[in-house]
Amino acid sequence: MTPFVDVAFLILTFFILATKFKPEDAVEVKTPGSVSSIAVPEKDAFMVTVDKTARVFVSLDNAQFKQVLIENINTTRNLGLTPAEMKVFIDAPSVGVPFSQLKGLLQLDPEAMKKVVQPGVPCEDSTGGELNYWVRDALVAYSGRKLNLLIKADNDTKYPAFKNVLNAFKLNDQNKFLLITAPEDAPMGTPLFETRQKQISGEATK
Amino acid sequence: MASMDTGGGDEGHKKGPGVKKAKKLSTRVDMTPMVDLGFLLITFFIFTTTMAQPTAMNLFLPKDVQKPEEQNKVKESGAFTIILGKEDQIYYYEGLDPTKLQASNFKGIREEILRKKQTTNLEDLVVILKPTPDATYKNTVDILDEMTICEIKRYAMVDVAPQEYQLVKITEAAAGIK
Repeated sequence: MTPFVDVAFLILTFFILATKFKPEDAVEVKTPGSVSSIAVPEKDAFMVTVDKTARVFVSLDNAQFKQVLIENINTTRNLGLTPAEMKVFIDAPSVGVPFSQLKGLLQLDPEAMKKVVQPGVPCEDSTGGELNYWVRDALVAYSGRKLNLLIKADNDTKYPAFKNVLNAFKLNDQNKFLLITAPEDAPMGTPLFETRQKQISGEATK
Repeated sequence: MASMDTGGGDEGHKKGPGVKKAKKLSTRVDMTPMVDLGFLLITFFIFTTTMAQPTAMNLFLPKDVQKPEEQNKVKESGAFTIILGKEDQIYYYEGLDPTKLQASNFKGIREEILRKKQTTNLEDLVVILKPTPDATYKNTVDILDEMTICEIKRYAMVDVAPQEYQLVKITEAAAGIK
C-alpha cells in the first residue's frame, strides 16, 4: 500500500505543478485546430472573442494600459464613468456590451456581472461599429508600442462575423493578427510534414 | 481498508518477573483520510489541467487598394479559386472561369491543391480563397491551414463575387444541401 500511496502523491505533485489556471472568459469558445506552432503571446494582447452567435467581446491583459484604454474610451465616447467603474472594468476579464450599456454593466458587482448575458460589442456594418473605437483607443493607449492583436472565434462562428472583426481592425490600418487555435500535427505525407521531418533530422545531425 | 496498525503484538511477549510492562504506544498513524484527500486532489487537478496550450496562427492581410491598377493581376494558368460553402462543402475552379465550378470537401481539396501545385509554374500559382457568408470560421481557419500544409506561398482571401455565390447556391440546391 505504501508504494501505491507514494506514486499517487507523485502524480498529485505533478498535476499541481503542471496546472495553469486559465483566466475565466465571459463566453465559452471552441477554437478550431491548426498546424501552426506559434505560442500565444502572454502579454500586451488585445483579444477579440467572437462566439458562435456572433457576439463580440474585447479584452486586454495589461492592467496598466487597460486603465489608459478605458480613460480614452470614457473621454472620446463621453460615457461619464466614475473612477470606481473604471476600476471594475480593469478587473473584469472581458466585456461585450455597446457603449450605451457599459456604465450599467460596470455598476454591477463582479459576481452579478458574470451572470449577465452580454449582447456583444456592435460591429455589424462597414464602419466597424463600436469595435472600431475599441481598437483605435487600444492602439492609442499603446501609442506605437507592440500590441498583439488576437482573434479567438468559435468553430461555428459564421464567416461574416469574423469578417466584421477583421474589417474593424483594417479600418485602423492593422493587418497582422494572430488567430487562437488548438495545436494539431501536420498530416502525414504532405509538403509541410516533409519539411518538418527534414528540420527534425537536420537538427539531429547537427 | 487502509488499516495500518501493525502494532499489537505486545501481549504475547513476556518479560521477566518483576519487570513492569511498559506500554508500548504505536507510532503508526491511520493514513486513510490523508490518502482519500490525496486522491480527491488528484481527481481535481486532472480535470482542471489543460495539457495542450493554445497556439496562434498568423494572418496577414493586405491593405485595401482602391485603384484597380494597383491591384495584383493573376495569370489565368496559375489561378486556383476555392469557395467555401455551406455544410463544410468546398467548390473550386481553375483559371478565371467560375462556370467550371467543381464540388469537393475538406478531405479531397488537399489532393486538388497539390495536383495544381505540381502542374503549375510555381511563380504563377495563386490560390484565391473565397469564404461565402454560409461558411464557418472553422472552415476559414482550416483552409488557411491547408495553405500552410501544402506550402502554398501565395494565397489571398477575398470576398466571394455575387455571380460565383449564385453559382454555388445553384450547385448546393442541386446537391440538396440546405
